[in-house]
Amino acid sequence: MNIIVCVKQVPATNEVKMNKETNTIIREGIEAIINPFDTYAIEEGVRIKEKTGGKTTVLSMGIPSVADLLKETLAVGIDEAVLLSDRTFAGADSLATSYALSKGIEHIGDYDLIVCGKQAMDGDTAQVGPGLAEKLGIPHTTYVRKIEEINDKYIRCQRMTEDGYDIIEMPLPAVITVVKEINEPRLPSLKGMMRAKRAVVTVLTAKDIGADSDLCGLKGSPTQVVKTFVPVHDVQSEMIEGEPEEQAEKLAKKLLSMQFNTSDSTEVI
Amino acid sequence: MASIKIIKDKCVGCKLCVGSCPFGAIEMVDKKAVILENCTLCSICVESCKFDAIDFQKDEVSNAVDISLYKGVWIFAEQKNGEPESISYELLGVGRKLADDLKTSLFAIIIGDEIENATKKLIAYGADKVIMVEDKSLNYYNDESYTDIFVQLIKENNPEIILLGATAYGRSLAPKIASRINTGLTADCTKLEIDLEDGKLLQTRPAFGGNLMATIICPKHRPQMATVRHKVMKELEPDEKRLGEVIRPNVNIPTDLKIKVKDVVSTITESVSLTEADVIVSGGRGMGDPKNFELISELANVLGGAVGASRATVDAGWIGYSHQVGQTGQTVGPKVYFACGISGAIQHIAGMSSSDTIIAINKNPDAPIFKVATFGIVGDVLEILPLLIKEFKKA
Repeated sequence: MNIIVCVKQVPATNEVKMNKETNTIIREGIEAIINPFDTYAIEEGVRIKEKTGGKTTVLSMGIPSVADLLKETLAVGIDEAVLLSDRTFAGADSLATSYALSKGIEHIGDYDLIVCGKQAMDGDTAQVGPGLAEKLGIPHTTYVRKIEEINDKYIRCQRMTEDGYDIIEMPLPAVITVVKEINEPRLPSLKGMMRAKRAVVTVLTAKDIGADSDLCGLKGSPTQVVKTFVPVHDVQSEMIEGEPEEQAEKLAKKLLSMQFNTSDSTEVI
Repeated sequence: MASIKIIKDKCVGCKLCVGSCPFGAIEMVDKKAVILENCTLCSICVESCKFDAIDFQKDEVSNAVDISLYKGVWIFAEQKNGEPESISYELLGVGRKLADDLKTSLFAIIIGDEIENATKKLIAYGADKVIMVEDKSLNYYNDESYTDIFVQLIKENNPEIILLGATAYGRSLAPKIASRINTGLTADCTKLEIDLEDGKLLQTRPAFGGNLMATIICPKHRPQMATVRHKVMKELEPDEKRLGEVIRPNVNIPTDLKIKVKDVVSTITESVSLTEADVIVSGGRGMGDPKNFELISELANVLGGAVGASRATVDAGWIGYSHQVGQTGQTVGPKVYFACGISGAIQHIAGMSSSDTIIAINKNPDAPIFKVATFGIVGDVLEILPLLIKEFKKA
């Protein structure tokens, strides 16, 4: 079974700090990482391949330096890496990204399953997986927490919902986006790291994959950012002092006085 | 192709643009700004420059449509067993305001089986018209059939705005529709308003884990689509006397679907799910031991609320992933949120900061969670929780 895993480079957001005076993000020294959700996608792709045979390919769109990150995926079992890199792709929103990736996937060809992370940590949109499935004209299932069965013909998986999960069956080829619960990504092996070092990442341009430049990047993006600003957490914090008994009593009083009535709350819910 | 460059003669090296760039794509070289290759052409820096030293050449977006042909505000009314989900009422609340500002009608779109009763409620909560598509086969949400039907309705009626809930289903359906009809979609909006000058929908959403808010428009394509975060928009007071029209359009109900929903399983053991709860009691590493989570459950029970957890406790295997609150877990917005022994990593705060009242209990007075807390208690959570449970049992 041939599996394509789509990944994105994101800033390691843990370290994002705000400059209070200028209201801007301090980004110095922020390293780039593979979107954490995508590491579950990589692991799941590798696991399926280990069971069914075939090939795993990791695919990304981004600046040339993303190639180095893609090499790391070869240390955890991915067979090949492809990077779409071209200024034509710059400024893409989720629709233009879906389009470019779908062209990249068609270029790679001969695929059975496409695995994406649930969403990227910087944008958090969760739109590219479903978007690219639609561009490819194949079915998708989001928020997959478990694959119950997979063979040449179809996949049966559990999609996480707000109050449980749905069991979905669809024919292959198909796209799934996975949540963290699905697996625990392995650490790179020494042999894998050696292989990653020597690996060559295939870098493709818009022309290489036959993408229509009108549908790529800024030009192919219906949405535009018109303003960004730092949210103000305008919270009037009140610290409750005293001995533990006093603290508990004062807090309970405050909450109850806010018409937060414990006997009602069960009914309302 | 679009391009951006620094006009060296005008650049005074003030670094304002460096700070404005959300992608860290501008660097200072020899006291002049230089745009790096990871620039996404968002053009935010152009505004920041006081010296007009940034030249931005933008292409017209391709495949624009005649936007004057699109009218009406639509919301997707998610339902379960014929009962609208609370997100549907929230969407009607914000949709009503948008429709009024645009002097147009508010439509609710409902797809399912045995949904006649729901239409009355949607009208009471603000819909002028309800478009309902009812069929046995539409009982459960299905990406394929729901998309097919929704797209038929859009092509027939040309709405200018479509809002969906940023729920598990909404976040799957919306991008599939937007991709099929090639329009823009903004995810997880927390604020929606009409630009009264030109009637455009201004869509504001958090990015970078809530560190930054971005306002997004979709100027040349229609419909303007957005998913809306649950528990952020306010629903209207229902008015049973409101009049509205129910439309049963002629659509092809797709058969022979590729996607088959085999089962819909509910795993909620408590009375209330995390995303619907009015009260959430969450525990973090400061609980010390998985056993101590019983205190969390007990307080949640007394208050009729749900149990949440920090990422650290989920990763340590103390509690299941479905309880995780935060950027990699669920986004919640209850009336009251208790953070017990949670330090407040930015990813956690991103998932709960829209709660109405936040209570933080933590040993460390410098824990970041206190910065977003309405009420804070510095103390031992294992000592405070039993006392709190006692107080609420009394009430």
